[in-house]
Amino acid sequence: MTAFLDATGLSLPGRLAATDLKMERPALVCLVGPNGSGKTSLLHALARIGGPAGAVRVEGQDPERLGPDGRKRLLAYLGAGRELPWPLAARDVIALGLPAGAVADPVIEALATAEFADRRVDRLSTGERSRILLARAVAPAPRLLLLDEPAANLDPAWQLRLMTLLRRLVVARGIGVVAALHDLDLAARFADRLVLMEGGRIAAEGAAAELLDGPHLRLVFGIERGTEGWELA
Amino acid sequence: MSARLWLLLAAGFLLLLAASLATPWRQLAVLLASDRALGLAVVVQLRLPRALLALGYGAVLGASGAAIQALFANPLASPDLTGTTGGAALGAVLAAYIFGFSGPIGLTAGAVLGALGALGLLLGLAGRRAEAATLLLAGLAISALAGALTTVALALAPSPFAFYDAYEWLMGSLVDRSLGQAAFACVPALAAILLLARLAPALDSLALGEEAAQAFGYRLGRLRTWVVCVSAVGVGACVAVCGAIGFVGLVAPIFARRLTRGHPGRAILPAALIGGCLLTAADLATRAAPIGRGLPIGVVTALLGAPFFLWLVVRMRWSLAR
Repeated sequence: MTAFLDATGLSLPGRLAATDLKMERPALVCLVGPNGSGKTSLLHALARIGGPAGAVRVEGQDPERLGPDGRKRLLAYLGAGRELPWPLAARDVIALGLPAGAVADPVIEALATAEFADRRVDRLSTGERSRILLARAVAPAPRLLLLDEPAANLDPAWQLRLMTLLRRLVVARGIGVVAALHDLDLAARFADRLVLMEGGRIAAEGAAAELLDGPHLRLVFGIERGTEGWELA
Repeated sequence: MSARLWLLLAAGFLLLLAASLATPWRQLAVLLASDRALGLAVVVQLRLPRALLALGYGAVLGASGAAIQALFANPLASPDLTGTTGGAALGAVLAAYIFGFSGPIGLTAGAVLGALGALGLLLGLAGRRAEAATLLLAGLAISALAGALTTVALALAPSPFAFYDAYEWLMGSLVDRSLGQAAFACVPALAAILLLARLAPALDSLALGEEAAQAFGYRLGRLRTWVVCVSAVGVGACVAVCGAIGFVGLVAPIFARRLTRGHPGRAILPAALIGGCLLTAADLATRAAPIGRGLPIGVVTALLGAPFFLWLVVRMRWSLAR
């Protein structure tokens, strides 16, 4: 059986050393690691941004062999930036992510973007804009979602709603998610698997419990679990 | 953009073409009544090239303006403010001294190379996604350099006639061009517009940011090269025949994006139609001047375009201050 996601030898000069990432079945995988550890670079390499080396197969398909419409159906990438260069209406931003002739997946209603669909994105708050950009990524119902800091700028309630939505997509729809997250508790609670990055390579990966309570966090982040939550080691 | 809007734009385009062929009407009516053959010759040999040049030049300025603005993600990038037309003019003047003003091929090649040089320099100076200030400063520097070098070339003119020819041509004029010259400008212009319009989906996706566009599979390096080269060929060919004309490439895309709900790539074709209409309207305005005192068309577009540009700057200041 082909793996859901099979990425081998991913590298970007100076940012990401030869890295493999495999997902047998669709799952919610969270990338954690200090600033500059290569989380964004790994997401770029998976989304084929910036001419990375290595190969990516999603359900056996090579995204680089697909045209824009095919790629939009296979994977979606959401960058960490929340600014858009042109003042488009929110609904048009969502439409730009869709393949020709497709309609938005109703699942985006969970992000409650309809209430400001007609407003220009430059007049929305950063959190609202984040929800629109998330909806843009989810709307084409891609097989693989690559999200860089999807919870950034969201209030606590929306962070929980977002992570619940991602879980639902994985379980009910069989969509794979790779998300870079800074919030270790959020990652631990929702992820099937954590990938700990350091210095442009994967330092460790595994279930949240074993990774967060093992020695890795102290080595990579310089923090450990204390009596009152995370503490500097 | 709705079918009704397209129809409206196309109708305006054709109406202005007809008006350009028929104006001034009274003299033409007298001529057609007295000597039909001569009257038709005036329409076909004199007015048709002028009308085609106005529509074609205006259209390619609008389309390449829209494409350049989409590429730089900046509403102030346009062929004239980025120094493209200035570079083309410099290239054409230099080519004219070498090959003479009669040889359209040398002139066109010179203008295209000049435009390519200016746009290439802009990409190098301002970077791929430049801030408005950097872009305008780089464009200003390139325009100033091209202008200064053009003046030097004029000062070193091989003969007073060459100087006068070059000077008059630099002011931008659609008058007294042959059908052959019109074809020399309009065919590359049309090809450039169609090629740029094919890039619309890629340029639209840039509205989601460069990373998202790359994740869709668009190659930004190739896209950049295409927009720069195609714009340079289209604008260069028109500058070679008509001289440098400003502001249409800035104004037309701004109007066009209002029709495409802000989509920068989709605005390319409407911007072409609007640009053609604007330059034809400006050309009609030059004919309103008293007989014998033809106003250069470059002056008319600058007189109309500069206040618009000022208004843009003021509006930007307000929106930044908010």
